[in-house]
Formats: sequence, C-alpha cells, structure tokens
Amino acid sequence: MLIHFFYELRAAGVPVALTEFLSMLEALKQRVAFLSAEEFYYLGRMSLVKDERHFDRYDRVFAEYFEGAERAFEKIMAEVPSDWLRTLGERLMSEAERQQVEALGGWEKLMQTLKERLQEQRERHEGGSKWIGTRGTSPFGAYGYNPEGIRMGQDRSRHRRAVKVWDAREFRNFDDNVELGTRNLKMALRRLRRFAREGAASELDLDGTINATARNAGWLDLKMVPERHNAVKVLLLLDSGGSMDDHIQICDELFSAARGEFKRLEHYYFHNFIYEYLWRDNQRRQVERTSTEQLLRTFNADYRVVIVGDAHMSPYEIMYPGGGVEHWNEESGASWMQRLTQHFPRLVWLNPIPQDRWQYGHSITMVRELVGERMFPLTPGGLAAAMRELRPRSSAPAPAETEPVD
Amino acid sequence: MSETRFQGSDRYVATDDLMIAVNAAITLSRPLLIKGEPGTGKTQLALEIARSLQRPLLEWHIKSTSKAQQGLYEYDAVSRLRDSQLGDPRVGDIGNYILKGRLWEAFESDVQPVLLIDEIDKADIEFPNDLLRELDRMEFYVYETRKLVQARHRPIILITSNNEKELPDAFLRRCFFHYIRFPDAGTMQRIVDVHYPNLKKDLLSEALNAFFRLRETPGLRKKPSTSELLDWIKLLVTEDIDPAALRGEGGRGSLPPLFGALLKNEQDAHLVEQLVFMQRRANR
Repeated sequence: MLIHFFYELRAAGVPVALTEFLSMLEALKQRVAFLSAEEFYYLGRMSLVKDERHFDRYDRVFAEYFEGAERAFEKIMAEVPSDWLRTLGERLMSEAERQQVEALGGWEKLMQTLKERLQEQRERHEGGSKWIGTRGTSPFGAYGYNPEGIRMGQDRSRHRRAVKVWDAREFRNFDDNVELGTRNLKMALRRLRRFAREGAASELDLDGTINATARNAGWLDLKMVPERHNAVKVLLLLDSGGSMDDHIQICDELFSAARGEFKRLEHYYFHNFIYEYLWRDNQRRQVERTSTEQLLRTFNADYRVVIVGDAHMSPYEIMYPGGGVEHWNEESGASWMQRLTQHFPRLVWLNPIPQDRWQYGHSITMVRELVGERMFPLTPGGLAAAMRELRPRSSAPAPAETEPVD
Repeated sequence: MSETRFQGSDRYVATDDLMIAVNAAITLSRPLLIKGEPGTGKTQLALEIARSLQRPLLEWHIKSTSKAQQGLYEYDAVSRLRDSQLGDPRVGDIGNYILKGRLWEAFESDVQPVLLIDEIDKADIEFPNDLLRELDRMEFYVYETRKLVQARHRPIILITSNNEKELPDAFLRRCFFHYIRFPDAGTMQRIVDVHYPNLKKDLLSEALNAFFRLRETPGLRKKPSTSELLDWIKLLVTEDIDPAALRGEGGRGSLPPLFGALLKNEQDAHLVEQLVFMQRRANR
C-alpha cells in the first residue's frame, strides 16, 4: 500500500528514489517510529524529502493519501446532515476532564469505529462522548476535545492537538516560487560563479612544483599560482520607472545580493525602456548620464547583462522613434535593444511580474521576442533558470529556456 | 541493535520530529543532514548528541577550500620531498607522510563516535560527491600504502548545511534530512528556561514579546534567531534591565534596550529606528 504513496509523491514532483523508499521501509521495520500517524509523517518526511522546498508538496500528498482513508469517510460524511456539525459554542472542559479523554487506539481502529458508529447513529447528537456531533469528547466531529480525534468540517484546530500536522502546511512558503529574500537570491546568483586564477601568485602550486623539481633533477623549485576567485563580470540594468514602484523591495534585494556576490558588477538605470542614454544615480539622472553607445564601447562581450524591468508600457515606447515617455528618442527602443543583444551574447531579462500574467501585456510579449525569449520571472526558480542561461557554454547559445525549472 | 536513543538534554530542547530524525539516523546508521535558519542550533545538536550518549565527538569544519580527501587522509608530498633532499631516513616509508583526516579518525575509534561535518555547503560543489562511497560503505582505500580503511563502528554522522549551495541528489539520497524550523513561542520559552533557569518570569515574557515583535518587522535583512535571543537575554540579565523598560512607554513606541545584540547590520537597525520614530510621531 505504501508503494502507491511512493508513486503519488513522484507524481507530485517530489524527487524520491527507490533507495530512499527502501530506507524508509527499513526504518519502519526497525521500529524507529511507533506507527502513530504523526511519527510516520515525520519519518517519511526525513527519509523521502531532502529539500525543505518540497515539504509542502509532501504535506499535500500525505494529506491526500492518508486521508484516502478519510475520503471513504467523507463519502459517509456527505450523508451526515451538516446541522449536526453546526457549531453552537465550544464546550469548555477542565484539565481533569481532558485527562479523562483517552485516545481510542490507532488510526485504523478510529476509522473502523467511525463506520460502525455511523451505522448505529440515526439522530442529531451533541455533547456526549460517543456519538458524532459537535462539542463532544468523542473522537469524531468538530470543536471537541480528543487528542486523537478526526476533524470534521472545522477549519482550524481549537486545541492545537489534532493528529494531522500536515494539514497545517507550514512549509507552504518554502515552495519554490514564492519567497524571495536576499539569501535565496544570493544562492541563485551563485550559479553564475566562474572561478579563474588571475592576479598575483600567492598559492603554492603543488603539481607545478613537483613537475618543476623533477625537471630540475630533484632540486626543489617552488612554483606559485594566483588564488582562485570569481571572475564573472555582470552588467545590471534596472528599470526605475513608475510602474516599478510595486517591485522596489525585490529589486533592492536583488541588487544587494548581486553586489555581495559579484566583485565586478556595474549597474545602470533606465526608465521603462532602454534608449540612447542610461544613468548611474537615480537622484542625479538629469545631470550625469552615460550614453548607451559608450556603454557598448566600455563593456566587452564577456560581460553578462541582466536587465530587470516589468516590460509594462505602451507598445509605441518600444517600436517607434519618439515613443519614449520622457524625451524625444531619435531611434526606437527596439533598435537599441537589438544593438545590446548583438553586442552581449549573454543577456537575460528578469521580470518581477508573475509569469502567468505575462500574456496579458502586449509589450511584454514584444520585449520577450526582442531578447530572444530570454525573459525569466523574478523568483528563485526563474532566477536559477536565468543564471543557467548566462552560464558560460562552449557551444553556440542553445534555444532559450522559457519554463523555469528548479 | 544498540538501545541508544536521543531524548534531548538538560541543555538542548529537541522537538518530537527532531528526536525521530536523530534516532532513525542512529538506528540505521545513516548520515543525518540538518538544515535550518542560522542560529537555530544545528551545530549544537551534534555536541549534545555526543554528550548525552557519551560518545566521543569529532568535528570537521568545512571551508570553501576544503577537499573531501582532507577528511580521509593527506599525503604530505612536500615534507617528503624536503626530507629526501636532507637525506632523512624516514623518507623510505611513505606511511610517515600520510596524515589522517577526521573521517579516518572516526573509522578507527574504539567506540561509536559522533562525527560532525559542519557547513558542508561551504565547500566546492563536488565535495559531497567525493564522499559518497565513504559515507555509504564506511570504508576507503589509501592508494599510497595500498591499505583499505574500514570503520570499526559506523559513526553517527551529522552534516549541517546553511543552504548556500544545493547538494547533489546522489548525496541526498544517502542521508536522512531534517529541517530545524524556527521555534514557536512555546518552544522558545522552553529553550530559554533550559539556558537561564533562574530568570525572572516577567523579564522573560517581556523579552520574548519584544523579540518576536522585532522578528515580525517587515523588511529585515537578517532576522534575529535563537542564539541571538540567548545572547541578548544574557546581556539583559547582566545589565539588570527592568522588565518595564522592555515594554516601552507606549507599548511598541520605543526600541528595546541593547538591541545591538539582536540586529546585526546597520540597515536593519536603521529600519527599526525609523519605524519606532514614525510610531512615536503617530502616538503623539
């Protein structure tokens, strides 16, 4: 029966391997857990799930699967008139009473008993300690107290003692495409690391030394090499336009993560779209500008370009000369973008707008075409995919990955 | 089958799920990978397991330059080369230049030891892959002396990670995994009780309130964690701070005293100061 659980986990996208499944079975055999549902839940989680981002998926499958038993139960539930379960106020129990309430036994027994009870019971019931209904101490029904009870139609656990911890789904936020803090950003950016030895020789090169010593007829000849460090160069272009105000926090975090990660990071701002000039400092943008021509001359093709913007604007701002919101641009934004993509083969566009809303913005589709479909959502998954795109490759650029995978 | 079970200790509060994880790892002698926010007691766990089970503890702290081979053994070719230049007689036996690593020491131990591999994510991406066979079979081969080193007792291995790098799948498959969550208020109370048993009740509850309030401040770069809370309480006790001062005049209207122990970077401190300032103005 657990084999089915295994396949459901895989179907839900939790990468479980056979060896992990076997080790869970072994742990069960060794009686590490005493087969209460909760202990089994923890045991399964520690042996099958190796990434806290997958905890939520595990929770969902676990709930689904181990309440397959409960689904059978829900079928019966549908037959239980809902007014039985209508809450009329919670019965307050003393500590002594709580202690009197003893669990009825294991999970299976609970189910079995329930079915039997349902067959026996024919009337609305409240407050007792055997029948199904509200406010009682029977293990079935809502708003009552029994440490091993099953909840029926109750949205939260009143006494925080319900058996099912997986219902709480406390790891929801760890799933891939929601939470983004500086730390995840840094982790994603780290994929771009490319170590190279450059600069002053400060480390002993053991292989080189041995080689040189051998050539030197056994007389010691020390060789030094420079220390390894991250040699990747990044050019960050940030949209600071009005529609980006909603995304200030995330961009700020991305920026600080990138600054911590890359030694050679250059950044420039633009408004809505890139035209003939950009600026470094948002406060002094009218005074200190850098022309895009100069940008193309200054940074050579091995810079990796990351453009951050929502690409949300009027299509005129991209397609036509003079379409810019702030000034008259001689050439269209599209031709500037073409120049950028030609000059920098490694270029991605990160979009803070959730990916499922991209199709509603006409300009977003246009920008995606302009950057060769290399637009990624600003989520840990999307950022990881973007970094994969930017990673040095020996061959010509492969077809762009549009679906972010983790 | 050994009857060793870890139950937490007088210095360490272990939640149920953590105890199941540790005991499963001990029973099946498989490595246990521990992740969690910094400061939630990942490293401390290994110390406490060793202490409560009375096992020797071997610590292997990983740095960005660490290599898997260093945990097994190192062949000190440079000293051998130097000795040969000086005509030292030791040079004839290559075994003199084999330095044992932490894993070798753990394999050789007379009683089952606890081996802590701390912050494995700091090392190179290939590092965990290079340890697959060693952790699986608990043996390795010393090429220089043509000797197979096998574990006398499979050590209890704890591996901590701060999630700075993703670990390879093949490695993860061989481990059990536990994620230490940030403790809720109830667990936190137990943790503080364990560390400062004679703390005044009102000071503790005020300190915890102030702490959780601070953690909920939106936009903090580094949220204060358990270890910072413990440090802060220590400071409060030594400075003999009045619980009333923690509450602040306007409830949430002022900064907690000695907040430098909780907030570790200036942007965060600045942010909280600003929030407090705005609050005060609103209260006026």
